[in-house]
Amino acid sequence: MLMRTEPEDVSASPFAVRGLTVGYGGDPVVQGVDLTVPDGAMLAIIGPNGAGKSTLLKASLGLVPRMAGTATVFGQPVARQRARIAYVPQRASVDWDFPARAIDVVMMGLYRDLGLLRPVRARHLDRARDCLARVGMEDFASRQIGQLSGGQQQRVFLARALAQDAEVYLLDEPFAGVDAATEAAIIAVLKLLRDQGRTVVCVHHDLSTVRDYFTHVFLMNRTAVAQGPVAEAFTQETLQRAYGGRLAFAAG
Amino acid sequence: MSGEEFVPLSLVPLLIGVCAALASALPGNFLILRRQALIGDAISHVVLPGIVVGFLLTGRVATWPMMLGAGGTALVSVLLIEVVARFGRVEPGAAMGVVFTSMFAGGVLLLELSDTSSVHLDVQHALYGNLESLIWLDAFGWESLFDPVALAGLPPELPRMALVALGIALFIRVLWRPLMLSTFDEGFAAMAGIATRPLSLALMVMSAIAAVAAFDAVGSIIVIAMFICPPAAARMMTDSLARQIGWSAVFATVSAVLGYVLAGYGPLWLGRADAVSAAGMIAVVAGVILGLAAVFGPCRRRAGT
Amino acid sequence: MELGYNALLVLTGAGLLGFTGGATGTFLVLRKRALLSDAISHATLPGVALAFMAMVALGGEGRNLFGLMLGAALSAGIGLAVVQWLTGRTRLAEDAAIGAVLSVFFGAGVVLLTVIQTMTAGRQAGLEAFLLGSTAGMLRSEAEIIAAGGALCLLAVAGLRRLLVLAAFDPGYAESIGMNPRRIDAALMMLVLAVVVVGLKIVGLVLIVALLIIPPVAARFWTDRAGVMAVIAGLTGAAAGAGGALISALVPGVPTGPVIVLLAAGAFVLSMIFSPKRGVLAALARRRRWRAEVME
Repeated sequence: MLMRTEPEDVSASPFAVRGLTVGYGGDPVVQGVDLTVPDGAMLAIIGPNGAGKSTLLKASLGLVPRMAGTATVFGQPVARQRARIAYVPQRASVDWDFPARAIDVVMMGLYRDLGLLRPVRARHLDRARDCLARVGMEDFASRQIGQLSGGQQQRVFLARALAQDAEVYLLDEPFAGVDAATEAAIIAVLKLLRDQGRTVVCVHHDLSTVRDYFTHVFLMNRTAVAQGPVAEAFTQETLQRAYGGRLAFAAG
Repeated sequence: MSGEEFVPLSLVPLLIGVCAALASALPGNFLILRRQALIGDAISHVVLPGIVVGFLLTGRVATWPMMLGAGGTALVSVLLIEVVARFGRVEPGAAMGVVFTSMFAGGVLLLELSDTSSVHLDVQHALYGNLESLIWLDAFGWESLFDPVALAGLPPELPRMALVALGIALFIRVLWRPLMLSTFDEGFAAMAGIATRPLSLALMVMSAIAAVAAFDAVGSIIVIAMFICPPAAARMMTDSLARQIGWSAVFATVSAVLGYVLAGYGPLWLGRADAVSAAGMIAVVAGVILGLAAVFGPCRRRAGT
Repeated sequence: MELGYNALLVLTGAGLLGFTGGATGTFLVLRKRALLSDAISHATLPGVALAFMAMVALGGEGRNLFGLMLGAALSAGIGLAVVQWLTGRTRLAEDAAIGAVLSVFFGAGVVLLTVIQTMTAGRQAGLEAFLLGSTAGMLRSEAEIIAAGGALCLLAVAGLRRLLVLAAFDPGYAESIGMNPRRIDAALMMLVLAVVVVGLKIVGLVLIVALLIIPPVAARFWTDRAGVMAVIAGLTGAAAGAGGALISALVPGVPTGPVIVLLAAGAFVLSMIFSPKRGVLAALARRRRWRAEVME
């Protein structure tokens, strides 16, 4: 077995899941998953379609109900650590006709600082503009979000996460359906985050870029299959186990 | 138009109309963006059974029991819609259709079968209100606005509606950021620590309060025009939510004022003696504004087209 | 118990209408467009009022039911077209378009009703009866129109049933075998419109949508097949329609529309509680079993 033994102590991990089980009424779509993300890692969650990758993220954040299990951030329950996490949902989960400009969306990332009624100051606007600039979207600040391309929209949502200034970044398929320029811009931003010591977790489906983009992987297919540094856990054998016979692509 | 005629006959209904339109249009902005526009439809229909139940329980036409009854049935209907949608596995629209028609039918039947003849509660009133009847008998002219005796005779509907409009404006101002965030992206709002379900329920409660308060003046169905038309027209004017809300307030006010004036004085200009329904005319003006915005509004198109 | 010829005709008409409403509504509910019917029904009011005014202006009898129904159908058709224009050409979602059309058309109708009340011929027009339906004092010719209209609607649904089932189940497949889904949708809307217009006098425009929505939602508890669902919904609607007409004929002072709706609602509540697969009782039993299994 290539499955690495997990450290018993989750308090050092920026994001750890224990025994997570999720089911929508019927059979569990995620069953008894343990995941420990090392501090400062850039980790890809990989698995075939329907393996429960997005569900794993959503359930650990409390966005969908879980049947069993816990999710912790530095050893504390997620519910009490939300200020330290930024989550970028999969595209297409919002109304693109919503009356909001790119800068408005990024400003939403400052909600924890602004609260209910604190006035918006110049420094808030500067920070929002800076986050847009980091993803190369500064020229589109006052464009209504529906008038941006898919890749540009994805970058705006990443900018919103940057504005949250979190320690852990959780992204659901950030590269799904985006253009090459956006993919390059996003990965550059994520690598920069990692270089600053932040932890990045992405649900990812493009096996060919795993080695270039990530330091760690977590393979799953309803249950955990393997996890660890890319060199150890991302192998022909683990992929075979996660994907079964469906895998045409040979890793490495 | 002299103050002697205008103040006692028209001032109060006009102000009530404006307050009712504002109180409905403000939450309407969020209902539309949340694809819950027809919740306003459902809530306003169940005000009638609520008022009838409130009346039957207390046996008198007192404002508060009837208002509480209406508010109570509005909340019950929201819960029932969820239950029906979940168990029946149908879309919320069908669930709403089941709940509000059943409750409205129950209200009508209760009304017809119980002895409410002494009360001016009738079904037509429930459907399209009676804005014109809210006159200020104690007023003689503009000076009555400063006369405490005359002010004491002000129809209680006016301060009530004004208070409701003010309360709703305050609600939206204070909870502006959470409302915007959770309307745009519920998952993100939950992550940012916003209690999205209570907030959504609070929005329902506010809409129910607006519908109940406006019921006297404009009835169950025309209040839907106030919930939907001004924000829908405002939607075509701008891509900023704050500005959209501003536009919706302007459209609501214009609909109420213009609708009331056209209903009261329009027929005279056309050489006819009798006024037409003010509530109906307000809905028509709101609809015309929406039509104009849909044809000429700068932001009328869907994103990407 | 004595029922006159008129009452029998009304009863038959209400039964036929109830069946058609339930069967048609099934496809509407399956297409997730239940509340579109609410816009259609409320949009009939200005048409009814204008038809009355036109008939009086032409020197005729303003209350002629056929004329009023024609006016209702025309303005409901316009209302439907406006909903489709708003959702197709602007950024408004369908729910907002439905709400706008139903309330604005209704408001226009109310304005016209107040105009009619001030006309000399309009004092006893009794058009308010179209709001909540009434069978009291119905003329024989009116009862005949309703019975015939109900029968015609039923024939139309029966003729189109295969198309409707196919399109409701799998619009993509329907298109692939050469059917035009837009045309099927249009046919469905015409049926809905017909049910609304025929039912206007009995059930009233505020509650007529209940005949299109409640029986199908009740029937959904008993089957997963669209065709079977349409039949169950039709039978439920027929029972509610005929039962309501009967009760209001026997008990004076009871309005027909609300009784019909409440009978349908009763069928819905029973279905929701007792349905063997997806009813409340079945769900409770399942949960108890599941708990027991987990505890072991």
